[in-house]
Amino acid sequence: MRTAVITFPASNCDRDAAVALHKVTGIKPVMVWHRDIELPNDIEFVVIPGGFSYGDYLRCGAMASRSPIVADLVKKAKKGLAIAGFCNGFQVLTEAGLLPGALMRNKGLKFVCRPEKLEIVNNTSRYTSKYNDQSEVVYPVAHHDGNYYADKETLNKIEGQGQVIFRYKDNPNGSVNDIAGICNERGNIFGMMPHPERAIDPLHGGTDGIKLFKSIIESI
Amino acid sequence: MSTKVKITPEVVAEHGLSEEEYKVIQDRLGREPNINELGIFSVMWSEHCSYKSSRRHLSKFLTKGDRVIQGPGENAGVIDIDDGDAIIFKMESHNHPSYIEPYQGAATGVGGIMRDVFTMGARPIALMNALRFGEHSHWKTKQLVNGVVAGIGGYGNCVGVPTVGGETNFHKGYNGNILVNAMCVGLARTDKVFYSAAKGVGNPIFYVGSKTGRDGIHGATMASAEFDDNSEEKRPTVQVGDPFTEKLLIEACLELMETDAIIAIQDMGAAGLTSSSIEMADKGGVGVLINLDDVPQREEGMTPYEMMLSESQERMLMVIKPGKEKLAYEVFEKWELDVALIGKTTDTGRLVLKHKKKKVCDIPIAPLADDAPNLNRPYKIPKPLPIINSTDIHETQDYNDALLRIMGSPDICSKRWIWEQYDRHVMTDTLDSSQSGGDAAIIRIHNKNKAVAITTDCTPRYVQADPYEGGKQCVAETWRNLTCVGADPIAITDCLNFGNPEREDIMGQFVGAIEGMNEACRAFDYPVVSGNVSLYNETNGVAIPPTPAVGGVGLIPDLEYFSSISGAKEGDTLIMIGETNGWLGSSIYLREILRREEGAPPPVDLDVEKINGDYIRKLIRNKRVNAVHDCSDGGMAIAACELALTNNIGVHLQRSSGCPLHAWLFGEDQARYLISVEENSVNPILTTAEDRGVKAYVVGKVGGMNIKAEGAFDLPISTVREKHENTLPELMS
Repeated sequence: MRTAVITFPASNCDRDAAVALHKVTGIKPVMVWHRDIELPNDIEFVVIPGGFSYGDYLRCGAMASRSPIVADLVKKAKKGLAIAGFCNGFQVLTEAGLLPGALMRNKGLKFVCRPEKLEIVNNTSRYTSKYNDQSEVVYPVAHHDGNYYADKETLNKIEGQGQVIFRYKDNPNGSVNDIAGICNERGNIFGMMPHPERAIDPLHGGTDGIKLFKSIIESI
Repeated sequence: MSTKVKITPEVVAEHGLSEEEYKVIQDRLGREPNINELGIFSVMWSEHCSYKSSRRHLSKFLTKGDRVIQGPGENAGVIDIDDGDAIIFKMESHNHPSYIEPYQGAATGVGGIMRDVFTMGARPIALMNALRFGEHSHWKTKQLVNGVVAGIGGYGNCVGVPTVGGETNFHKGYNGNILVNAMCVGLARTDKVFYSAAKGVGNPIFYVGSKTGRDGIHGATMASAEFDDNSEEKRPTVQVGDPFTEKLLIEACLELMETDAIIAIQDMGAAGLTSSSIEMADKGGVGVLINLDDVPQREEGMTPYEMMLSESQERMLMVIKPGKEKLAYEVFEKWELDVALIGKTTDTGRLVLKHKKKKVCDIPIAPLADDAPNLNRPYKIPKPLPIINSTDIHETQDYNDALLRIMGSPDICSKRWIWEQYDRHVMTDTLDSSQSGGDAAIIRIHNKNKAVAITTDCTPRYVQADPYEGGKQCVAETWRNLTCVGADPIAITDCLNFGNPEREDIMGQFVGAIEGMNEACRAFDYPVVSGNVSLYNETNGVAIPPTPAVGGVGLIPDLEYFSSISGAKEGDTLIMIGETNGWLGSSIYLREILRREEGAPPPVDLDVEKINGDYIRKLIRNKRVNAVHDCSDGGMAIAACELALTNNIGVHLQRSSGCPLHAWLFGEDQARYLISVEENSVNPILTTAEDRGVKAYVVGKVGGMNIKAEGAFDLPISTVREKHENTLPELMS
């Protein structure tokens, strides 16, 4: 199966995402430049990686969400293309309106990097189905603006429809309802602040991230 | 020549040039210089660029070795780590800017050191930092720590290079002059290392990166009367870092380096366009013609003087092969960077600058480098402080309290508050970092089964007490820390932070420390491949403690065999490698418990260091150890505590010799390693140690949930952890 990773100016986890996809699928993903106007046709899963696209200037993810390639992703998302955004990628997805809510500055106002315990709230989603025997994972977080917020109505909706996929056990950033990762209503688009691609090798200190990639890839 | 500025003795003095130096300039030019030329000589002959006080002493360093591809003299040092891979690294200070504007000062320090590394063709793979702040109770400390840490994180995190380790000290000696030393380590191919020599005549010179503004130009020189009109807008500003542009520069330069378009490349660091163009021309034996009107400018009406002395960040200069201009434009435009053809190399041997169709500078390049002052400043190496016997040092009546006080002291406490603000995992090759509390960071070579180990160390209180032994110790500790993770130490970079070299005693500290460092380098065959000198670190005539920070790099050739502080198991035996005599002079115990800062520091026996370290590496390769930790600040007690905290398991120490208990626990004898081993490995280890002439003896056991030493302390891990973790958050709240 062919996958892709989008590179914006100052994406910096693009290589890490590519390494993870290569490891899980056995095929190197296509690296897609932000100015490309169209995703190659046969791509079935796209990762928007972490980083500081456009230097986080204006607002994290705001400028990237207006780039040519994201316009194409929005179109294809409606047709059911699977797209995951990690860290800055999650910010891009909310800014692009593909996921509900917004990510604000961390409650502690500081960048925070640490391994984080997460509760798997919904292990029947396309991104977590392989975790059937597991209720918890550890992925590292590394962000300055990961404080998830959504209004009450939206929260009720996403909580009620099983769209909250991961929750922090020890909330590092002030996210409402301890939300760490969510998907859209249809379940094809997923975003989270923690980095599953940083937990795919025993030498990273854990391999909890692998099943997330396996889940989505096998669902396609 | 266009210049409205008259060169008076006052103007010369404001440029930091002596009368003799000015005479040399007149002689080489055969006339009076104009203000642009004076400015250029001034920065090229400044302490920062010319190393005029330090050069003759630095030249004593061991700089060659089997693995050295490039020693000092280029942007950074280059070492060979086999399989066609090279590691390029350097450490640099950004002390004064960080004191004035901590966030931007630290951020631009990180940016600058990264440029030194990727300029040479390396992708930066790790950042380290060695920080020294004033005492924790000083009113300014909190603000400085906050700003510096945020600045380092803000830059490194954005660029996407993991910040994996370092050290932080607090001492009143830095109240008015903090130290911010940043180190960058990069990975290149040995056949793709780029240098700054601008060889060949008639080759195009490209400017790439941020636009040039009025930042960083020396205030004193700007204040002269001739700049009166528009003085408001010309007022120098602090350099501001833009990590976004840096990230684009890295990617663009590395992309262009994949082609054969680049002849020479140099970042614009201190003294910006001046030093970069002159260094490239001097090394290439050519002249340079620059048309200043083509330099991308951020502000209107900049003068040649301002453009040449600006220290705007994120700029590079490169000489491109004729015919490859289009390729260069394409790459830089893809990355949306400013790029301009600003000049060419010439056969004149001169630096010629044109501005608005007029020649505004025409000086021979060779004298700028060759005739730079090389001072032989008088020095007197301070006498080491007298030795204090441990029996003359008061034993604490409350060991529990003493242990907690030390574990909670600002120097020893957990630095989590700092390193949690740094992305340590991006690039996903970080195998060990500050997170473990271990001795060295371990960074895997991407896609390969090997890694580099990196550490920075300096014990300023030892150097203060005895520059020579202290200098030896700085190098030895890095060597030991690399050894702890199973790496073969290869080479070091250094950042020599001292006070005013015009004072005999300070110059003596400098010379003494270098001699000590060099002796250690030679004993370990551990050369210096790059470095930086920062002098005049003082406030109101009081110098900082001498602080020669050392950054060491080693190679772990096979990931099957490395070690760390993690891995100690219930039932393990603790063995100490290296003799414990209980040396308490200049120790943490003496300072933190008895409030005394005195006594000769522990001597470093380099032969013993060598055999002990070699033995540790052998044990690691033979998979004989579960965990290894260097014994340094605070001695065995603190090493054991750190081991317990990292592994979340208790330790139980039992005195093994007749030395006084407090000295046995807190003495800082050098060349020691605490190792945690399986029961059945104990005898083989002790026997082979004896055969090799290594002192090895059992000092305790691992197990339970308490940290205890027979007849001294006994505390639950949780109590020690709380103390260890709370200090910095409380200080910063």
